Amino acid sequence: MKQTNTSIRIPMPVRYLINAALIVLLWFILSSLMRSGAITNYWTGIIIMIGINIILAVSLNVATGYLGQLPLGHAGFMAVGAYAGGIFMRAVPVQEFLRAGNAGASVPYILIALLISALTAGIFGLIIGIPALRLRGDYLAIITLGFGEIIRVVLTNIDSVLGFDFTFGSAGLKRIPKYSSFTLVFICVVLTCFIIHTVMKSRHGRAILSIRENEIASESVGVNTTYYKTFAFVLSAMLAGVAGCLYAGYIGSLYPSTFKFMKSIEILVMVVLGGMGSMLGSVLSATVLTVLPELLRSVADYRMVAYSLALVIMMIFRPKGLMGSYDFSLSHLLEKGLCAVRLLFGRKSSEKKGESRE
Amino acid sequence: MSLFFSQFLNGLQTGSVYALVALGYSMVYGIILLLNFAHGDIIMVGAYAAFYSMTAFHLHPLLSVVLAVAASTLLGVVIEKVAYTPLRQAPRLSLLITAIGVSFLLENGAQLLFGSETKSMSPIVTGNVSLGSMSISKVALLTIAVTVAAMAILTFLVQRTKLGKAMRAVSEDMGAAQLMGISLNKTISFTFAVGSALAGIGSVLYLCAYTQASPTMGSMLGLKAFVAAVLGGIGSIPGAMIGGFAIGLLEALCSAVNLSVWKDGVVFAILILVLLVKPTGIMGRSQAEKV
Repeated sequence: MKQTNTSIRIPMPVRYLINAALIVLLWFILSSLMRSGAITNYWTGIIIMIGINIILAVSLNVATGYLGQLPLGHAGFMAVGAYAGGIFMRAVPVQEFLRAGNAGASVPYILIALLISALTAGIFGLIIGIPALRLRGDYLAIITLGFGEIIRVVLTNIDSVLGFDFTFGSAGLKRIPKYSSFTLVFICVVLTCFIIHTVMKSRHGRAILSIRENEIASESVGVNTTYYKTFAFVLSAMLAGVAGCLYAGYIGSLYPSTFKFMKSIEILVMVVLGGMGSMLGSVLSATVLTVLPELLRSVADYRMVAYSLALVIMMIFRPKGLMGSYDFSLSHLLEKGLCAVRLLFGRKSSEKKGESRE
Repeated sequence: MSLFFSQFLNGLQTGSVYALVALGYSMVYGIILLLNFAHGDIIMVGAYAAFYSMTAFHLHPLLSVVLAVAASTLLGVVIEKVAYTPLRQAPRLSLLITAIGVSFLLENGAQLLFGSETKSMSPIVTGNVSLGSMSISKVALLTIAVTVAAMAILTFLVQRTKLGKAMRAVSEDMGAAQLMGISLNKTISFTFAVGSALAGIGSVLYLCAYTQASPTMGSMLGLKAFVAAVLGGIGSIPGAMIGGFAIGLLEALCSAVNLSVWKDGVVFAILILVLLVKPTGIMGRSQAEKV
């Protein structure tokens, strides 16, 4: 492609460095504010919930915004991940490590728990995805809804079949070590966004997008649609499992009723409100929708009414979501800024010219 | 034998309520392709209307039935006008989220207005009818009779009247129907009105059977009815009736073999199996895809 005179490209490694530096800076600011007590424990908890919700929203966005399907059973995958992680963490001596203040020793266990959660949720995603993805549109939605509900019923009643305590039914899986620290959740959020971003920019991601745009056309140019649909679906399920694992480690006790159909809907609302297929949108709306009910606590009785009214009004006036399909790129913003600078000050930054597009 | 028969009757009774609600889902889906999640909560509002008119205002049961049906019909039409009409050109998912928002709003609004606790009342219809060696509760008979009557009226309405013809035309092809001079707004509103009226009848029957109302009663009932609509073939009116009765009987069967805790799971598992074998549901028409 011909390089136009006014555009500047920041070379690839530099872009990554800028982003990485800003992320570390954000982590540093937030964690030092927490340590100094400027952010209270209450708000630290909310920030952790924001992180978990961000992972849920961006992972659902893979299946909804990028693949163009409508799964309504995301809470089911979250439940699988949460229970897998919770049961594992109860079996290993992490509680003692945490109580002794020896957080370092629990790190390998946490990593294994995250892995187990992701894999279990991924396997469930595969089992559900293969039959479900044969159907289209609303029927896929209904099948995933059904699976989500079945997972909940199984979690409630499995103990009576197994004959021993495994999920503890509706009494709840309690005394899970609280291993989800702010730093862990933060790293998971960054990694999730990074993985999804790179996958979507790769040829695999392009294949997924082509299925969304036109399945028949993409099949006719040789995209293995079944493979890529399953791939996106499983990726989405795995990341939901990670979010579930973090949730288990934050809340400390799990009940099947947490993962009702309404939880799936809440996640879907975040995605659609943010704008389908926009990662920034998902992140923003997950943040807003987690903070909003907390801020509305002062009007306690009316807060859920206000929340749902906001949702309806929002959809009526901005049906495409907050961000539409716009995605934010810091580098592009910087490039535009540099362009403006160069236009103002002649050819100062002309050495930047000639960078080839990747 | 008598146990079997009473469970069968139980199944038909719950199935009747499901079928009435499923009809509303199915009709709305058939006409604007919207999964109207607020439909379940319309039942809740209808139930509260009947409940208060009977307990607080001591109205005659029949009068309060009329009131409940009127309230839910009005609510259905208002929701359609306020929340769905502005979004008719918007992406379908936005419409879905709006429906979810309306459902949240109704649930939380009811919690605010009526309190979050379950409200109970004394049964409206009591007593049994003995039939040979078996006794059948009057409520079950009444429920089934009313449902069958409502369905007969609905079938007549859809198949024989001009408005019904318009409804079928719009669900067949919205654009072409408009070109033939059918008023889209009027037809869609009418569909919502009919669907909500059926939900109103369903809510009263629910109240007769369980004698209680709570702000969240609509969500699970609505979900089950929705499953019934899909099972029968969403968009098809006889399908919704069959689906409703099928789900009701299935649940009764689960209770009969002591699996009532797995009831919800079994219902959804059957749904998935049916959809995998016949993706459009039992009575659904499959549409040829243009390539």
